[in-house]
Amino acid sequence: MTSVLYDVPGPRARRRNLVLAIATVVVVAAVVGFVLWRLTLTGQFAASKWSVFTYTTVWAQIGTMLLNTLKAFAAAAVLSLVLGFVLAIGRLSDHAWVRIPATVVTEAFRAVPVLVMMMILYYGLPSLGIKMEPYWAVVIALMVYNGSVLAEALRAGVESLPRGQREAGFAIGLRKSGVMTLILLPQAIRAMLPVIIAQLVVTMKDTALGFLITYHELLYYAKLLATQPGRPILQAAFVIGGIYIVMCLLLSWLAHWIEKRGRRSPKNPVAGPHEPAADDEATLTEVISMQVSTGTRIRDAKTDH
Amino acid sequence: MDVIFENLDLWTEGISLTLLVFFFGGIIAIVLGTIVGAMRVSPVPIARAVGALYVNLVRNTPLTLVFFFFAFGYSALALPNLSNTVLGILAIGVYTATYVAETLRAGINTVPVGQAEAARAIGLPFGQVMTQVVLPQAFRSVVPPLMSVLIALLKNTTVAAGFSVAVLPALQSTVSNSHNRPGTPMEVLLWAAAVFVVLVLLLTWLQRTLENKWRIAR
Repeated sequence: MTSVLYDVPGPRARRRNLVLAIATVVVVAAVVGFVLWRLTLTGQFAASKWSVFTYTTVWAQIGTMLLNTLKAFAAAAVLSLVLGFVLAIGRLSDHAWVRIPATVVTEAFRAVPVLVMMMILYYGLPSLGIKMEPYWAVVIALMVYNGSVLAEALRAGVESLPRGQREAGFAIGLRKSGVMTLILLPQAIRAMLPVIIAQLVVTMKDTALGFLITYHELLYYAKLLATQPGRPILQAAFVIGGIYIVMCLLLSWLAHWIEKRGRRSPKNPVAGPHEPAADDEATLTEVISMQVSTGTRIRDAKTDH
Repeated sequence: MDVIFENLDLWTEGISLTLLVFFFGGIIAIVLGTIVGAMRVSPVPIARAVGALYVNLVRNTPLTLVFFFFAFGYSALALPNLSNTVLGILAIGVYTATYVAETLRAGINTVPVGQAEAARAIGLPFGQVMTQVVLPQAFRSVVPPLMSVLIALLKNTTVAAGFSVAVLPALQSTVSNSHNRPGTPMEVLLWAAAVFVVLVLLLTWLQRTLENKWRIAR
């Protein structure tokens, strides 16, 4: 186990590590213990606080709300992928009249917080005489925000491909559309798949914002449960939180699996040794995933041969 | 323009509260994130496990739910009362810390192991390996994504509006609930969006400036 930060530990380092390990355990146990002690003290583990979760109707309701969350997520995910492709191709266009609007739209949508966008759609539009369902406000807000982020990821993916790919495409007589759809995009999608899925996890988490504009999803139901006898607000948050964590972990795990699978492939296109420090327009997820993948790739390269 | 000038007091409050949450939330995120990031790359397996657990749990929880825990759950602990603003700052700090930790960890991972090995091979002691070779390289690749994290943090401050902290988007309900304040919800929200666009552009500009300043030719 050699890391860039430290060498294989010797006897002294091992002793020091043991002390640090014990200190970590003590600190974590103290924090967890304190919280548990406060929770017990205020009777959060009493059966009456958890009794709502013994009713089938409650779980049926949770199922309905989960379905609502997933419905918003699915629509937002599909629509944002579509928008992402449109904006990415728009930004890569040779025509200024396509490129400039696409750039402005992407940058503007990326800068406006999702919640503000949702509120504009839900509270703002009625003052223009347009009534919008909370569902569509959630879906459209998530679509424009994540769509523009995905567009940036796809564009970065296309631009990170070796120039020879495009040139070779033109050399064998493909048109611009052919070069884009047959050569550049498939490679860009593959290189960016982990980023795309990481962004979908963000989309999934952001559906919870719908709670603030009264969309009937999981978190909204948690708030509703909290008005039940015994006021089990923390308990509802724990149960609903657990559901969210499981859903997001499943998606993250999928992203990880796809990334590993892509790296194993002999046709691995790889965005080249991408330099995160030189990346000026990168989104958060994309830079992190690039860093992670280049970091591990460098290490793999070291151990593989 | 009446929306701005007739409600100037609200806008001042909203913007300063947004910046306040951003500033203190950012400090908590960076301090806590550095600790967790250090744990995730430490030679102590148990510290790595704790760091990984924290990051995986919190990063897969929606920010709204983290706020939910702090805003409604904190009172269940029967601890001294804290204002909603403080709880909001804590929530956003705890949430963003996971992203800071991941960014730092990823930044350290971009430094090839060979760099440290070469440094050791020429006889540098641990302190110099860190300060002269590893950390300068890690720092440069961390700054741009760290700024992206802070930009995300700025945008996330809006969620606090849903938990009775009077940050910018909360202006909409204040204005529409009062009888004598001018402005439709649409106007208020569009101006709030414009403020965010300006702030984000400002941070993006800062990000680019810092990045060009520290760019390395490799």
